[in-house]
Amino acid sequence: MQRRTTLKAISAAAAASSVGALGASAAFANTAEPIRIGVLHSLSGTMAISETVLKDTVLMAVDEINGRGGVLGRRLEAVVVDPASNWPLFAELSRRLLTQERVAAVFGCWTSVSRKAVLPVFEELNGLLYYPVQYEGEEMSPNVFYTGAAPNQQAIPAVEYLLSPDGGSARRFVLLGTDYVYPRTTNRILRAFLRTKGVNDANIMEEYTPFGHSDYQTIIARIRRFAGQGVKTAVVSTINGDSNVPFYREFGNQGLRATDVPVVAFSVGEEELRGVDTRPLVGHLAAWNYFMSLQNPANTEFIRKWTAFARARNIAGHRERPLTNDPMEATYIGINMWRQAVEQARSIEVDRVRVAMRGQTFQAPSGFQVRMDDRNHHLHKPVFIGEVRADGQFNVVWRTRTTVRAQPWSPFIPGNDRRPETPQRTR
Amino acid sequence: MTDITRSDLYSLTVPSKPLFGRAGWSAFLSAALVVCVVVPVLNLWVPEGHALHMSDFMVGLLGKILTYAICALAIGMIWGQAGILSLGHGLFFALGGYVMGMYLMRQIGADGVYGSALPDFMVFLGWTELPWFWALSHSFVATLLLVVLVPGGLAFLFGYLAFRSRITGVYFSIITQALTLAAMLLFFRNETGFGGNNGFTDFRRILGFPLASEEMRVILFAVSGITLLGFVLLARWLLLSKFGRVLHAIRDAESRVMFCGYNPLHYKLSIWVISAAMCGVAGALYVPQVGIINPSEMSPANSIEMAVWAAVGGRTSLIGPIVGAFVVNGAKSVLTVSFPEFWLFFLGALFIVVTLFMPNGLAGLAKQTWNRFRGVRT
Amino acid sequence: MPAPSTPFAFRKHLGWCLLLLGALWSGAAHALSPEDAWALAEGDNATRIEALNRLALSDSQRAHELVRALAREAVQVQGQQVLIVDNGRWIDAATGAAVDGTGAVAVMLNNRMRNALEQTLAVLDLFDPDPARQQAAAQRLRESQLTRPDPVLAAQIERALLPPYGQRLVAPARLALEQAQAVVWLGSADATQRLAAAQVLAELSQPLVRNRLAEQLELEPDPAVQQALRDAVASIDRTLALAEVVRQVFTGLSLGSILLLVALGLAITYGLLGVINMAHGELIMIGAYATFMVHVLFQQFLPGWFDWYLLAALPIAFLTAALVGALMERGVIRWLYGRPLETLLATWGISLILIQLVRSTFGAQNVAVVSPQWMSGGVEVMSGLTLPWNRIFIIAFAAAVVIGVALFIGRTRMGLFVRGVTQNRSMAACMGVNTARIDTLAFAFGSGIAGLAGVAVSQIGNVAPDLGQQYIIDSFMVVVLGGVGQLAGTVYAAMGLGVVNKFIEGWAGAVLAKIAVLVLIILIIQKRPQGLFALKGRSA
Repeated sequence: MQRRTTLKAISAAAAASSVGALGASAAFANTAEPIRIGVLHSLSGTMAISETVLKDTVLMAVDEINGRGGVLGRRLEAVVVDPASNWPLFAELSRRLLTQERVAAVFGCWTSVSRKAVLPVFEELNGLLYYPVQYEGEEMSPNVFYTGAAPNQQAIPAVEYLLSPDGGSARRFVLLGTDYVYPRTTNRILRAFLRTKGVNDANIMEEYTPFGHSDYQTIIARIRRFAGQGVKTAVVSTINGDSNVPFYREFGNQGLRATDVPVVAFSVGEEELRGVDTRPLVGHLAAWNYFMSLQNPANTEFIRKWTAFARARNIAGHRERPLTNDPMEATYIGINMWRQAVEQARSIEVDRVRVAMRGQTFQAPSGFQVRMDDRNHHLHKPVFIGEVRADGQFNVVWRTRTTVRAQPWSPFIPGNDRRPETPQRTR
Repeated sequence: MTDITRSDLYSLTVPSKPLFGRAGWSAFLSAALVVCVVVPVLNLWVPEGHALHMSDFMVGLLGKILTYAICALAIGMIWGQAGILSLGHGLFFALGGYVMGMYLMRQIGADGVYGSALPDFMVFLGWTELPWFWALSHSFVATLLLVVLVPGGLAFLFGYLAFRSRITGVYFSIITQALTLAAMLLFFRNETGFGGNNGFTDFRRILGFPLASEEMRVILFAVSGITLLGFVLLARWLLLSKFGRVLHAIRDAESRVMFCGYNPLHYKLSIWVISAAMCGVAGALYVPQVGIINPSEMSPANSIEMAVWAAVGGRTSLIGPIVGAFVVNGAKSVLTVSFPEFWLFFLGALFIVVTLFMPNGLAGLAKQTWNRFRGVRT
Repeated sequence: MPAPSTPFAFRKHLGWCLLLLGALWSGAAHALSPEDAWALAEGDNATRIEALNRLALSDSQRAHELVRALAREAVQVQGQQVLIVDNGRWIDAATGAAVDGTGAVAVMLNNRMRNALEQTLAVLDLFDPDPARQQAAAQRLRESQLTRPDPVLAAQIERALLPPYGQRLVAPARLALEQAQAVVWLGSADATQRLAAAQVLAELSQPLVRNRLAEQLELEPDPAVQQALRDAVASIDRTLALAEVVRQVFTGLSLGSILLLVALGLAITYGLLGVINMAHGELIMIGAYATFMVHVLFQQFLPGWFDWYLLAALPIAFLTAALVGALMERGVIRWLYGRPLETLLATWGISLILIQLVRSTFGAQNVAVVSPQWMSGGVEVMSGLTLPWNRIFIIAFAAAVVIGVALFIGRTRMGLFVRGVTQNRSMAACMGVNTARIDTLAFAFGSGIAGLAGVAVSQIGNVAPDLGQQYIIDSFMVVVLGGVGQLAGTVYAAMGLGVVNKFIEGWAGAVLAKIAVLVLIILIIQKRPQGLFALKGRSA
């Protein structure tokens, strides 16, 4: 008897509060005519660690834009949804954002799977997606603007650095990655690239581990053996997310040092180093288009804004120790370029914004003026190689002089030379 | 233990009374009407902007939930009726989805990113020809057969081994988790030949018709609904027959059933394979509607969520699990948009509340309320 | 005779000779010019390395100080001055005068610079009074000879081994230099030298050495030397094979010990209550986060005692997890007595809530748990085989926990009650045991053990809200395989699974190993549905 009344009370309370919430949001929507943008980043699940901060970056940019008068004189409003690291849910929510919420553009996705899951939706409904993460290339959609690095803007310069005297003149390479499309495609490109540099297959060791793998004892013993043959060896790591911590720990504990066998990673940034004891990592490398430790006025300003925003919004982790990283910078560039394109086109219609995006420039926190290419929907970005410092930041040990144009169709994959230079509609 | 003879089989399957009473048939027929007529009209003919218009998004969402409801029905059958809790049925759902996915990938033809006859992921892996297990994926008929045979076959093998050794209860549930985890790890490997972590996506057409059109979405919705209703009839038929009664007996007192001369292996195995085939069909309907299949569908957590749909709705009743599937997935769709950070709290609390306070689920609650109502009247 | 490949190597040898003389005269504090100091601190790497050679060559005490400071990353630049910082005080590198360096910026080092510094320090340190430094320097020179044998350096090493310099070397350093010498003697014209080299190098079990010996074997004319080379190669092969076996066993034990820790608590609660607690992984996660909190507290309030935070974390993690477990049992599980399947689902719900709670409090990101000094690094037991300290400690810790639990269950009164209730609940109740209280206490105990597992896990992998999800299936497998009622079952199952997994991983890779282990468990359960070591008897 008691249980039933308790249950009734609970359900009544739940019903009341949900009605109240719905009512409040309905009232709010009716007062102004804001421009809405969608934020499609995982706030729970395995990718939450990386993606949550990108949601906050968009919100910070929205606040900043609204503070300067909005877009086309209208307020900007962000619609945040949580696809919970569930790829079908990404597709469903992107459809919802475009059809129900009628957003003008969506900022989202991190893993290639999530992007590939939503791509058909964006192409079918002619939406606009800004994708801020480094990826494997091999894609060029008219409905996506890629503000992250293509392989020739990250992986190739990193390996060139390793081949150079400054990088250790490595002649043997271990290509170690998590088993999914980004590492596999990147390694395929790198293998072909290394062949052109005279490093043959006998000097390349390629290994893959599953997501969430945490026991690297055997693999590191194998790396040790491979590197102990007298030829300078370097590791190119496309290990994703969580697995990086146990990998570096085991690497250091088994006695391998960065001066003997340097590891360059493409998915390790300031945020990933937050949860890590950095002592065994000092001297290992990462390649990005932005580091928080870069000294220039745009970056100082960016970090200052982020710090203030994180403190004001009480963002867990960042309120004590604010960190910025490459995907955050790419998100920031993306939303600002979108705003500029909308202002230029005097419209939020996707077809007009798409045309206006060509050639957009922005003074990025990397200290360079980045530019959206006229044709291939990718950014011209600078490349930096950084060495891990004990405090979790990076020392920039090498940088490109100017920005590098992206080559989404890598010339190292056969058949890519026949690809069109501009995005093609395929459905 | 005697083998089941042909006359036994006949007597086993004759229902003890008509499938539905008058009320039951009217409910059934109205559901069929809603699925086949009302929703298509509201989506295709009622103009947008009208209050009664049902959006494409809603049709897609409901179609997806219908396939989940089929799974919930399957879980209800093996758990509520036969007492076997499987925490790995997501595997059969995903296998059916993968079979259909293979067909859809072949149907992309040369329209993919690489413009090759091979699916895109094989091109970037550097493969030059289709592996042997893709041989039948060009034929729709073969695909339909495999959708039932592949999950069914795996279920038969696993069920035979498990039930023969009389593995029951918690141990059984745990090893179904092991099975689905092993399969998930296998499918995550790119070398296995099923697209690895990316899975199958970017579908274009089915049977020559484009997948992205409005009509196709409604047709898939209607087919899902009809399939669900068909399975409801099947379930009702099975459960009203002697087969169903033996299942109930196995659920309640397996040893006694053995002493009465029945071999529980045959019964458990049959219902197990049927439920797996149902999930496989559900998966095959799910994939064209959602547009992607990937090994996360096999994750242990997904299968546990299926069990909770059945629990929330009331696992012993027939439509309880279906109601549960709608309620939980509806809540998920609403909450991941409005209160994304609280979805997990809600789901967790739901698990606890349902098991502690509502052992018969919403259907049981409804029945209790109905009885009290009637009691008060008379 | 091949010429030295880089100008740097050549200069190093020159410097080598002069330094030996300089070491004899030790003490002449000749001046270091500010320009030289600047050339070492700033500029592009090639010129910096040249400056490094010059400074190493010079007999200036200040120059050596600067080089050593740079290797410890204690050099900063302010304006045009190069400063060395030590404990918050700055001195000018050129003059030695104390300076205020509050605006100074650290000098940048990269791997190439660090390598060059290490080589230089090897030269400077060879006659250092500290034996560890000597040994490291000698080994560095030996590695250099192994990779690129250089006759000029060989001549200097030979001189260093003779008196009077040889007497200043400690034994390990001397051995390393002799091995370095042997590498070059392998290619000498004199057969006795080659023979001696083969015998000396037989003790150095590195793959690179083996390769060199095998190469020499191909070209060797003298039969006696051939035999010596063959023996040397065989000896090294045996040592390497032994090292491989030791490594296999160690990695298997290490994985097994972790499986044991995470599964032990579950085995206790399952044996007692017959319920699989799906929130067990989250109890491990709570233990890991408790360790994190203790670690943060020590960092802030007791920095001097930081290395001992783990000892404080153990009881705190145990108690926290035990408390949460007790709350779970009292609040939810006891109402589901006799309905194991519902308990499964209810505990899954609790696990979801716990994960989201931790995520909302600590954030979704990983949190950093720094290992104490004594847990980092490893011990080199054989050539090329380094066993990490953290894994060694965890194996020992797992053994200690098992012994502790065995003592508790076997020797204490409470343990007696737990055993009684596990074997025959109704009989125990008839004997006056308060089964409800035993349930709560045993559940709390099992949860506490999960907390201890969390402490161990925090030292090996990530600490994030979904930490538990990684270990829960493995815990189940151990419990299901090992059977309930006996501690030994869990131990054997855990160790067995660890060793088998690592063994298969050796030739099939990590994923297939895991799949194979899961399939193996499914098959074993067919044969023995109650697990490998289940209690026999009618009541079990």
